[in-house]
Amino acid sequence: MTALEALEVVLRSVAVLAAFLVLPLLVGQTEHKVMAHMQGRLGPMYAGGFHGWAQLVADGVKFVQKEDITPAAADKGVFRFAPAVALIPYLVAMAVIPLSPDVVAADAPASAVLVLAVTAVGILGTLMAGWASANKYSLLGAMRAAAQLLSYELPLVLSVASVCLAAGSLSLSGIAAAWSPWWLLWQLPGAVVFLVAAVAELQRPPFDMPVADSEIVFGAYTEYTGLRFAFFLLSEYAGIVVMSLLFAVLYLGGWQGPFSDQLGWVWTMLKGFVIAVVVIWLRVSWPRLREDQLQRLAWLVLVPLALAQLALTGVWVVASA
Amino acid sequence: MTEPTTPSTTPSTTPEPTKRSSGGAIPGILKGLATTARTLAKPSHTAEYPDVSPHLPPRSRGVIALLEENCTSCMLCARECPDWCIYIDSHKETIPATTPGGRDRQRNVLDRFAIDFSLCMYCGICIEVCPFDALHWSPEFEYSELDIRDLLHEKDRLGQWMPTVPPPPALDEHSAEPAEIAATNKPARPVRTPAARPTRVTPQPEAEA
Repeated sequence: MTALEALEVVLRSVAVLAAFLVLPLLVGQTEHKVMAHMQGRLGPMYAGGFHGWAQLVADGVKFVQKEDITPAAADKGVFRFAPAVALIPYLVAMAVIPLSPDVVAADAPASAVLVLAVTAVGILGTLMAGWASANKYSLLGAMRAAAQLLSYELPLVLSVASVCLAAGSLSLSGIAAAWSPWWLLWQLPGAVVFLVAAVAELQRPPFDMPVADSEIVFGAYTEYTGLRFAFFLLSEYAGIVVMSLLFAVLYLGGWQGPFSDQLGWVWTMLKGFVIAVVVIWLRVSWPRLREDQLQRLAWLVLVPLALAQLALTGVWVVASA
Repeated sequence: MTEPTTPSTTPSTTPEPTKRSSGGAIPGILKGLATTARTLAKPSHTAEYPDVSPHLPPRSRGVIALLEENCTSCMLCARECPDWCIYIDSHKETIPATTPGGRDRQRNVLDRFAIDFSLCMYCGICIEVCPFDALHWSPEFEYSELDIRDLLHEKDRLGQWMPTVPPPPALDEHSAEPAEIAATNKPARPVRTPAARPTRVTPQPEAEA
């Protein structure tokens, strides 16, 4: 490896890290403002001067200042390591999501598989946190998270498999390149399944039973304070970014749009942002499902729907081949 | 389960697990989305308080103002105060007779009048009972303190609120005249002659026994 190549690797990593630190804040600020206005409020207005744009920066400063507490009964090593396990997978996932054919940090050959694999690792952080906290609410939250993730991983994988089948590629770049507007209708059931499963995977309302504050305090994150707690929050918003960009690339054609040669990455970001707003919108509008309703929805609705989509895609691909 | 549903009448094709007779789950969740989207489109009504001063209704109870000249140290307010948050100290002064051979007069002089707003529950009873209109409601409310002991307002501080006391609200249309005006407008009493007075009948003490 020459020095130039090494420099390129470093630059790409720094770019991914910057995106990883900035985009979740962008989504978080959007959530602050959109949620506020959907509830007839204004949201943050003071931090930073203009409409509270620096609210999350101020929050970050606050989290840094807070005491980092590890409970006496906790499994200390696991407890301290859990936020990293929750956070890093989304960083890895962000590295392989293409914003355009050129703007991609690491163009892995089977990036769709890689993204699904690493996002599934993220849940391990929640499990570790819940188990190591030595707190019954944390444990309940972790169990709920595990049950939820097991249920929703399947429809997620099946819906992505359908898109891969339709595109004939396991690479996200290949899928977005093979996309055509006709997919909006053809892959619609899969897209719905993917979106629902992604929201459930992120433990966002209406699927936030693992952190249901009215029932189990804050689930697996109950015992966390300061920066480690902030990392869990960051991983949630990084998860929204990853899932939204993934949705944009898989189902909305990523960079396809007018002037895609120059502005391709803008299109991907724009589509991903719209999906992120939809995820926020769902949170504001809907109440939390019950634990059994969640499982029913996964196994009786989403899995059959995803299987039907897979069958439909398979039949169409074979018929048109 | 509000009412029994039979498969023949209720189409069970909704993919959501919850089946209600009130329109089904899908219209319900779409309605939720529509409601939040509509609220998003409308401007919010928030008035940001420190920047925008609130519109206070008439007769707002902000702080109690003291008109010291009117106070006679009669202690009625301090006695009626439900949580005893009014402190009054006074002494008597003798005013020498103005005319030779006249009698010296005594009057109360107010030394201390303090209201502890950390105890006050803003019931307004002190203002109601004051016979000389020495206490008034002022709508000013921005007198919070970092130390709770600073909420004890002495009489000079209470007197400073006086300029902020609004004039009494106008009477409603067709309402009765104020007592003072009614008294002056009343025709003078007819002079009664002693003969016209009915003879008083005193009850006999033996009748009760």
